Amino acid sequence: MLKDKDYSNIIDELGGGRLLAKNLSKFTNIVLNEKTVYSWKQQGIPDRWKPSIIKLLLKAGGTIPQGFIPPGMSVNNFQDNSSLNTELLEKYDNFNENDISNKTLESFYEKMLYLRRFEERVGQLYGLGLIGGFCHLYIGQEAVSVGMEAAINKDDNVITGYRCHAHLLSRGASPYKLLCELMGKGDGISKGKGGSMHMFDPKNNFWGGHGIVGAQVPIGTGLAFASKYLNKPSLSLTYFGDGAANQGQVYESYNMASLWKLPIIFCIENNQYGMGTSIKRASAGTDLSKHGESFGIPGFAVNGMNPISVYLAAQKAVKWVREGNGPIILEMKTYRYRGHSMSDPAKYRTREEVQKMREEQDPIEFMKKKLVDKKIYSSKKLQSIDDKIRSEISNLAEKAINSNPSNEDDLYTDVLCEDYDE
Amino acid sequence: MSKFPVRSAIRDAMAEEMRSNPNVFLIGEEVGEYEGAYKVSQGLISEFGNQRIVDTPITEAGFTGLAVGASMGGLRPIVEFMTWNFAFQAIDQIINSAAKTYYMSGGLVNIPIVFRGPNGSALQVAAQHSHDLSALFTNIPGLKVVAPYDSADAKGLLKSAIRDPNPVIFLENELLYNEVFEVPEIDYSIPIGSANIKKSGSDITITSFSRGVHAALKAAELLEKENISAEVIDLRTLRPLDTNTIIKSVKKTNRLVSVEEGWMSSGIGAEIISEVTSKAFDYLDAPPERIAALNVPLPYASNLEKLCIPDQDNIFKLCRRLF
Ligand SMILES: Cc1ncc(C[n+]2csc(CCOP(=O)(O)OP(=O)(O)O)c2C)c(N)n1
Ligand SMILES: [Mg+2]
Repeated sequence: MLKDKDYSNIIDELGGGRLLAKNLSKFTNIVLNEKTVYSWKQQGIPDRWKPSIIKLLLKAGGTIPQGFIPPGMSVNNFQDNSSLNTELLEKYDNFNENDISNKTLESFYEKMLYLRRFEERVGQLYGLGLIGGFCHLYIGQEAVSVGMEAAINKDDNVITGYRCHAHLLSRGASPYKLLCELMGKGDGISKGKGGSMHMFDPKNNFWGGHGIVGAQVPIGTGLAFASKYLNKPSLSLTYFGDGAANQGQVYESYNMASLWKLPIIFCIENNQYGMGTSIKRASAGTDLSKHGESFGIPGFAVNGMNPISVYLAAQKAVKWVREGNGPIILEMKTYRYRGHSMSDPAKYRTREEVQKMREEQDPIEFMKKKLVDKKIYSSKKLQSIDDKIRSEISNLAEKAINSNPSNEDDLYTDVLCEDYDE
Repeated sequence: MSKFPVRSAIRDAMAEEMRSNPNVFLIGEEVGEYEGAYKVSQGLISEFGNQRIVDTPITEAGFTGLAVGASMGGLRPIVEFMTWNFAFQAIDQIINSAAKTYYMSGGLVNIPIVFRGPNGSALQVAAQHSHDLSALFTNIPGLKVVAPYDSADAKGLLKSAIRDPNPVIFLENELLYNEVFEVPEIDYSIPIGSANIKKSGSDITITSFSRGVHAALKAAELLEKENISAEVIDLRTLRPLDTNTIIKSVKKTNRLVSVEEGWMSSGIGAEIISEVTSKAFDYLDAPPERIAALNVPLPYASNLEKLCIPDQDNIFKLCRRLF
């Protein structure tokens, strides 16, 4: 049996009646007055307040007297896994910019530039009417794809939504095949049957290319499930947007991923808009990296306009996941310069806002400056790399334009694995 | 009569019903400040404010369930799906909650609600954005399914749908939004469940709905040149299906071709032909035929996509074969 003294001690350990009343009110959203709390010293702490008080005691490192924990429960029931994991995660914070080789820095520049020039070309081809349907460009977000890719292995699995061209290229997909796919050509990576939003490259462990917002998240969780089931060391890098982060299946995935400790990085590309809706108008809690807390999934926000920050964060996340700690959430704060898709009146944001991001935070400009400052590259060299990339993409585009349209014989292939007898 | 595109006919139907009933509201993604991904709700937020034109996060299952609850709570929601493809996320709430509650409650709880948005193929948006859900919904007791073609029908039927005490699936078509048709200037509505003879004829009956009506009418013109007089029926409502109008027509023409942009198997054509063979078997001079999308997920490449959706030539050829 607990004595008055025990109750008194607990209340004192938690800073006295006044502070405890305040903290409990904050904790539970039920307003308590300090007199009530003081009265518990004599009358005992009512059962309904015990769970909250145990949590506060655990947080404060206080002692929990025997008999205070409700029957059938243990301290573990009251551990706040999220803060526990967040603290654990700090131990993984040992990646440093100084350890990044010059070669890696060079590759950040070249790879991001390649993605930029590729997407610019795609935009032009769309303008010429050579690409149809929906087409979402990645321009502005390059640091995310390049930084993340640098930290994972070829065996790891990657999946994303419809804004997928860059992630495919980062995985090593053939740019020629992508251009062909975009123009509905027989040489396309999906034979012209998928288009901009639906491209897959299993050889490079890239699993789409999904048109339905949020649908890739449970699928990415399933890729992680398979890795664990098959005892493979691969993890799943699952990308989705700030808008997608509101889909219910995202939270269902968080729960399963944490419950079964699946090797997955949930990488949210928060470009601040889902179509014309800003994150503030769509999410009650705009700290997307914290959305996994109640599932015990740690997460943190990253400057997604800086490939070095992305790379360091990615290394930390990869280590966390590879060591069997289960899922992690990375929220990449990034920005798309172009419209949501090729038809976007863009009335939901100002020209100045876009201009400011381009001028002050552009990831490619940042890397250029870095390389020149560190005397790794001269500006002449930077330019020659750009020229080389431009001409390579031009040639591929030309070749793709001149290739054959999708083959009509392919209309009935690929519906079922066996012959499809229509 | 004045001329309006289908897009504004739909908007006007919503606006008029919202003016006359304060409990009618519109909810969906980008319906408010963005004024609709396809600009169907243009101007509504400035007239009705954001209490009644509700922008949602991208959470189809959530806001559809919420709307069903709001309907139980006394409101009359119009739920816009940016396109019907995304309603697959919400299909459980539509079928298990909206469609079945009235029955399961023994008639105690009805769900007046309209689910609307563009359905079927657009241009080169590939399989996940081109699904025609017409036939799927006609399989469900407890739902009414409407798929208008022109502006007047879109407006009149949407008004009926909003006033209807049941859940109504209202299937629009992106490629029709810009098409301009006459709309009566009077206050009117069109009852759910009645087909409309778009063109009368004596030799063959062609049934279709939504954008398929356009191709059917064009095919009828081609047939006319060969001295075949086709009667074109715009079904307008797919459930309940106006079989009387169809059967009456077949009894006159003795031939039937059903046209739809969805897939053939277990489709609208299957339903129509089954009704006709059982109720007008002796009147048929040729086996009834149907034409539908080819049996594949819709491909992206424009040349492949064009092969998939029935056009006037396909319909014309099929009709001619029946003589
Ligand atoms: C289930 C579903 N609902 C709606 C859409 C239409 N849609 C396509 S992209 C998009 C916005 C998504 O925004 P976000 O997740 O932030 O990704 P971003 O486009 O910014 O990369 C919407 C609403 C869709 N494709 N799927
Ligand atoms: Mg976004």
